[in-house]
Amino acid sequence: MTAPNHNWRKFKNSFMQTLTFACAILVVTPLVLVFYHLIKEGFSSINLAFFTQLPKPEGEIGGGMGNAIVGTFVLLGQAAVVGVPVGVLGGVFLSEYGGTKLNWAIRFAADILNGVPSINWGIVVWGLLVVPMHTYSALAGGVVLGMMMIPLVMRTTEEVLQLVPGGYREAALALGISKWKTIVQIVIRTAMKGIVTGVLLALARVAGETAPLIFTALGNENWPHKLTEPIAAMPLQIYNYAIGPYNDQHRQAWAGAFVLLLLVLFINIGVRFLTRDRFKPKT
Amino acid sequence: MENHFEAGLDALKQKLLTMASHAETAVNQSVQALVQRDLDLAERVRRDDRVIDQLEVEIDDLVIQLLTKAPLATNLRLVTVAMKISQNLERIGDEATKIAKRARDLAQEPPIKINLELPRMAGIALEMLKSSLDAFVNRDPAAARAIIPRDKEVDALNKQIHNVLVQHMVENPDTIARCLHWMVASKSLERIADHATNIAEDVVYLWEAQDIRHTGAKGAGAPVPNS
Amino acid sequence: MSTAANNPNTALTVRNLAVYFGANKVLKDVSIDVAARAVTAIIGPSGCGKSTFLRALNRMHELNPEARMEGEIKLFGDDIYSRNVEPVVVRRRVGMVFQKSNPFPTMSITENVTVGLRLNGVREKKILNERTEQSLRMAALWDEVKDRLHAPAISLSGGQQQRLCIARALAVQPEVLLMDEPASALDPLATQKIEDLILQLKRDYTIVIVTHNMQQAARVSDFTAFFYLGELVEFDATAKIFTSPSKKQTEDYVTGRFG
Repeated sequence: MTAPNHNWRKFKNSFMQTLTFACAILVVTPLVLVFYHLIKEGFSSINLAFFTQLPKPEGEIGGGMGNAIVGTFVLLGQAAVVGVPVGVLGGVFLSEYGGTKLNWAIRFAADILNGVPSINWGIVVWGLLVVPMHTYSALAGGVVLGMMMIPLVMRTTEEVLQLVPGGYREAALALGISKWKTIVQIVIRTAMKGIVTGVLLALARVAGETAPLIFTALGNENWPHKLTEPIAAMPLQIYNYAIGPYNDQHRQAWAGAFVLLLLVLFINIGVRFLTRDRFKPKT
Repeated sequence: MENHFEAGLDALKQKLLTMASHAETAVNQSVQALVQRDLDLAERVRRDDRVIDQLEVEIDDLVIQLLTKAPLATNLRLVTVAMKISQNLERIGDEATKIAKRARDLAQEPPIKINLELPRMAGIALEMLKSSLDAFVNRDPAAARAIIPRDKEVDALNKQIHNVLVQHMVENPDTIARCLHWMVASKSLERIADHATNIAEDVVYLWEAQDIRHTGAKGAGAPVPNS
Repeated sequence: MSTAANNPNTALTVRNLAVYFGANKVLKDVSIDVAARAVTAIIGPSGCGKSTFLRALNRMHELNPEARMEGEIKLFGDDIYSRNVEPVVVRRRVGMVFQKSNPFPTMSITENVTVGLRLNGVREKKILNERTEQSLRMAALWDEVKDRLHAPAISLSGGQQQRLCIARALAVQPEVLLMDEPASALDPLATQKIEDLILQLKRDYTIVIVTHNMQQAARVSDFTAFFYLGELVEFDATAKIFTSPSKKQTEDYVTGRFG
């Protein structure tokens, strides 16, 4: 073991260690930057008015995004109604029933759908709902977000159900419990946390979608009234304000972006909280 | 695990055969000492009995060890029968020692003029013993069954010797003490034959899984399924 | 050993049972009478079909979509494979306990015991509570858990969990209890408790137990069936099988020469 070799190896080690550390930091950097900017630009604009008031007409100072915030929740609610039953039951089918060839085809389709650009979803629902109804609507917005959730919820539900050990199903069936009751009362109940996690994460993802809403919900200056009318949503409002000429609107756009980020953050923290290990079982 | 156990079984069989050989020698030598009035031989038989006793202890030990391995079926029968055979062999050793003691006593007094069938009786008893151990080693329950009726022969001989001695005692009262020694020796030989019969019955149980003790059964038994 | 199908002393009559997984004939022409209120042990090397046989007794082999059976199995005279009999009904009469204990993790101890009843429509609290205590007593677990019936089932030790699974199976009041190597995942002390439990239970239940531990079969069972390569090689009183079996294959297996 000659001295020069030893030094070279030491140097290589430290170099790689530093390099990988730097890359890890690099990954976190965009998140830090985003947070920093949003807080810097938007935090000061967060006030009660922001949450409770409607946007003021163009050019005027003040007002808020109250309607957009409510609108986002209305859309997410509808998305859940559309996406959760179909997605969860689809996941149940994949996990508990179905032949291997059929399952493979469905999974393949779901994976493709997960990768379809969101604007395509928007155009499809535009053609399916907006055109026949002759109006942009909250309904269409909810539907498109729900449809985007379906393949995601279906896949996560299926995976989580597969993680439930087969022993539980066998034990339930051996007690003379019917297959469907076994699935609902035993399997789904055991996997509930995972299913809820999957749903929440899917909601967090579609909460920020803008492009599909352009073709469906369109946006609205007023409080939401009927589902068959266009509705405001946070991503839409942020987009509109950001590309507009007014500084006051720019300020509110920053605030909106910040609030949107907080929403997604809270959902993720909620998921962490739900999936914490409450206790370790004795062996 | 299996090899360990098999090795243990082999060791058990070896010890048993060694013990049997010692027992046969003891019977042989004790009768010889009796008939030839050999004090040294009698003394040797008495001493060597310790070896037989020691072997019984060792065999019991080995059996207990093998039982902790929870043997089943033939292995189980083999181990338990080995223990019983060793007990019978130990008693044979004790009877041979008794004969040796009588031999010593008789050798120290003048001989009595009498013809007894003792050597023939000893011969049959020794044959029975040898055959039963052979049947054990050779997995031959039929041979073991054939031994059992011979016990009657030995019993008959013992009775005959008994009667001869009684007659002699009546006619020659000064020989009573010596005749009694001969009677005891004969009785010991009869017991030796009984023990050999026990061994034969145990061998039948081992290889046929049939318990023929106390039934007076003779003749051919059920075919062995695993020989 | 051969008794008529309607004999009350015979719990299960199996005639010419064959089980296929796809094209693979896993069980070949098995005929056996399982005595009522006794323990029958099933022994044999791995892959001999003993678990498949056990599962055929409560139609659990049907969980495998490729499984198919031929032959007849009668439970106290009732054909369990007849067209108008649902597997669910059979499984309420023939319960099963598995090798790895599997109490439902989202339920408490008492919820686990009564799950078979509740999910089949029994709602009255009185009945459920009575049955809970009764089953836990029968499983020799009552004294250990009576003060924490609402604790999560998975907070119990491995041996206790297995006894809980036994209580759960007993709560449905089956006529026959099938046990697939119930103690193989347990330490010797817990195993001892399970064996004692089996000896107590056989006063009221017919028990069929698959085990790879021959000493356990010898300790616990009244009758033993030896399976090899999908066939029933020998079936007799336990004492006979383990002291002087009739077939050479049985002798070889029991003395450890293979398997």
